[in-house]
Formats: sequence, structure tokens, C-alpha cells
Amino acid sequence: MAPPADARLRLETLRLTALYGRRAVVKDVSILFPAHTVSAVIGPSGCGKSTFLRCLNRMHELSEGGWVTGRVLLDGADIYDDGLDPVQLRRRIGMVFQRPTPFPTMSIYDNVAAGLRVNGHRSRRELDEVVERALRQAALWDETKDRLRHSALALSGGQQQRLCIARALAPQPEVLLLDEPTASLDPAGTQHIEELCHELKRLYTIVIVTHNMQQAARVSDYTAFFYLGDLIEVGRTEVLFTRPAQERTEAYITGRFG
Amino acid sequence: MTARGLRRHLTSGLMTGLVALLSFLAVVSLLLILGDLIAKGASSLDWNFFTQNPVPAGQSGGGVANAIVGTLIIVGLAALIGLPVGIGTGLYLAEYGSGRLAWVVRFVADVMNGTPSIVIGIFAWTWLVRPWHFSALAGGVSLAILMVPMIARTTEEMVRLVPHSLREAALALGYPRWRTSLRIVARTALAGIVTGCLVGVARIAGETAPLLFTALGNLNFSTSILQPMQTLSLQIFTYATGPFDEWHRLAWAAALVLMGLVLLLGVAARWAIRQRHGTAR
Repeated sequence: MAPPADARLRLETLRLTALYGRRAVVKDVSILFPAHTVSAVIGPSGCGKSTFLRCLNRMHELSEGGWVTGRVLLDGADIYDDGLDPVQLRRRIGMVFQRPTPFPTMSIYDNVAAGLRVNGHRSRRELDEVVERALRQAALWDETKDRLRHSALALSGGQQQRLCIARALAPQPEVLLLDEPTASLDPAGTQHIEELCHELKRLYTIVIVTHNMQQAARVSDYTAFFYLGDLIEVGRTEVLFTRPAQERTEAYITGRFG
Repeated sequence: MTARGLRRHLTSGLMTGLVALLSFLAVVSLLLILGDLIAKGASSLDWNFFTQNPVPAGQSGGGVANAIVGTLIIVGLAALIGLPVGIGTGLYLAEYGSGRLAWVVRFVADVMNGTPSIVIGIFAWTWLVRPWHFSALAGGVSLAILMVPMIARTTEEMVRLVPHSLREAALALGYPRWRTSLRIVARTALAGIVTGCLVGVARIAGETAPLLFTALGNLNFSTSILQPMQTLSLQIFTYATGPFDEWHRLAWAAALVLMGLVLLLGVAARWAIRQRHGTAR
């Protein structure tokens, strides 16, 4: 792997191992995610790619029996340091899940503002600005500007997912984690989200987990291939997909297993 | 049609008929009770019935104003004490209830749910009446004790229905755990919790046994919660078991009013459910 030397390092894992009880599901993984890039994590079901992602914002430790060893550095500081509050950390690292999860009791506006309100932002003017900016970034503003006070559940599945992206973007995180964000969407919705990835990497560092190799090839600058909890190979996407160094990577991307 | 097809067809028809008959029986008995209440009680319902206090035995006239007000006060007291405790317990069980303590709490709640209400009454009598005296407060407390396990368990059920993904979404957004529980999870389950509370309140509104030796009953109008107080259920008990025709007439009318109150709560619960399904998908 050879990220451009000048790219400011944003997120890095060092010998990261994620466990459930005594069972390791991610083993000894070291990856570097340069700033303002999209990195894809691919691999067959159960390879630990989602668990790996959940270690990057300390969500894994909320699962029953979940804990980690190793280090995750955000701008050089270990996010697992004792002094660091995971709640504060999650405000710097946004996450979007497989299925859209709009808060059902809140309006479109309140959904987007939720992450700011919990941070103590109350000024109406400020919230209006941020909500509009986040919805524009998520390419949802034109469709929702006239019904911001309506329930978020009135939106289509694809719109709901973009709403969740807007909600994650509103607090201006530094990193955006996407956990199979298009798994429950139709092709049009999928295309929308993929285009967003290209747009958003100007502002954020993005890590996207996907089981769809074409998607990884389309959206990412770097790709990491996981198999049974091991990191098999990581590198520039065009290299990994055309000249993989590992036999198992080649077998997976050519569809011989997985 | 083959022989087997015919048999299936007949069995299906028979079973459908049986189920229809059983539900018909359930509905008919309910309608009979309601009809009887209206037939025997409605004629006694007049302005005086709602505004007057009982008159001495033997005289005609009088009403149950004291019992209506007393029911509202004692049920209100019970709700004031029981709902926060019950909802809090339910939230705890659903959100943090995986340890041994939660197991014990859940077990105790289930046992208390099956405890006869008169036992709760004896308990309240021992601790609140014997060292002190009969009071509306003691009645309210005994009804609250009766209500807590019911509310706790329905709240738990309702909160558990909230998808786990919503909790994770809130946590990933930087919500602390307690705010996730209150702002996202409890809010999402709110309509269900409210419904559970209304049903719980309706259920205790007609309780008589624990009030017999806590609130005791009172022939006069009283709003002091430290004194004995009349309720509709106690009034019905006194009048129905008494020797006078006039009393029996009033008992029927009081029963109708009580039934109306409970029905009102039931309708409110239905309405709350409708609201839930209206907002959440």
C-alpha cells in the first residue's frame, strides 16, 4: 500500500483485534486511511468487516461481550485512551448503517438537528443553517425543503438513507463510516449514495463497508480485503482489482468464492 | 372435489363457526352486563345523583358526589405514585435489565401481578392504617402497589419493541446512553406506554377489596387525603349489600357511572394506540 506521502494522515489502526468474549472476529489489522479519500472494506459475509468498522467509533464495545486490543489513531491520538470519552469521540466520527434509521418521532428537520442539539447547540439561526447545509451535502435539500416539519417516515427508503447521511454530517464529523449503506436500496438510490461519496470526500475521510465489489471499485480510492477476520490485502483500488498480490484476493474478486 | 379436499373444507368451516360462536358468547355476556346496568341504573341518573351526597338510610334521594370525587382523588393518588415508579422500573428492565438484579425485579413484578388485591390491602393496612388510621392516602398507596408491576411489565414490553438499530443510531451520533433511552427509545415507545398506563389506571379504578380496609369509605363529602374517603366501588359494595331497595337502585346507578369511567379510559387507550399507528408507519 502506498498512500501519497503528502496526504495528511487521518485514521489508522495498529494491530487492531476485535473480540466477542474470547473469540476474535478481527485479527491484528493495521490499516491507514489517508485524509480525504474513500476507502472500501470488502469481503464475504462474516469476515469481520462490519465489526472492524464498528471499532473505529467504539461502537463494538457496546455489543454484548465486545472488546478490542491494539490501537486506533485519529490524528495521531489513540481513541481507546482512558481519558477519552467515547460519546465525545462519536461526535467526531459519524456513522451510517445498513438500514435507514430515521428517528420515527422526529421531523426531517429534527432528525438532522439531533446531533447538534445533543451537543448543546440551541440557536435557531445556527440550526437552520446547519440543517440546510447538511441536507444539501446529502443531496436531499431540494426534495425536502418544503416539508422539513413532516415526519421523516414519509420519505422513501433511499431518501431516508440520505437523511441519515445528512444527520451524520450535521455535527461536522472528521470521518464518515458507512456500513453497507446501500444494502437495502434500489439501483437509483444506490447510485445516489455512490455519487455522494465522490462529493463528500472533499470534506471528509470516508470508510465504506460493502459486500458489492463493483461498488467498491466505483467509489473508493483504497480497498481492503478481509477474509475470516484477517486483513488479506490492502492497496489502491485500481491495483487491488487488476493486479491483486494475494491469490485469495484474486479468487474473491473474480468470483471463485464468497 | 376429492375426499380429502372436502374434509379439509368441512373442518375449516366447522372451526371458523366454533371460533365465531365463542367470540359471540364473549360479546353477548359483555352486552348483557352493560344492558342490565343501563336498564337498572340509567333511570336513577339525574342531576342530584352527581351533585348530592348520600342521605341517611331510609330517606329517598341523595347522590354519590362524594364517591365520584373520592374515586378521582384516590385513583389520581395511585397514578401519581404508581405511574412514575412503574414506568421507571419498566424502562430500567428494558434498557439495562440484563443482570441479576433485573432478573429479581422481573420475578417480583410477575409474582405481584398475580397477587390477589386483598393481600395488597392487608399489607397497606398493616403498614399505613394500623400504626395510624384509615385514610385515602393508604387507599391510594395500596392501589399504586397493585398498579406498579402491571405498568412496569407493559412499559418493558413496549420499550423492547423499539428496534435496536434506533439505539445504535443515536449512540453513533454521540448521544449519551441515558439520553438515548429517554429522548429516542422512550419517545418512540411513548404511545404504547401511555396506552399501558391508561389500561392500568382503568384496571385499578374498580378495585374494591384493598380499599375496604384502607380508604374505608365515608358517608360525607371529604377531600382530605388523610381522612377516610368514599369511592364508587366502596359505595356500590355498601349499597348492594344493604337491605333497602333505595340503596339497590343507587348501587346500580353507581355501577353504571363506574363502568362509564372505565370505558372512557378504554376509549382513550384506543385513541392512543391509533395515534401510535398513525405516526409510526
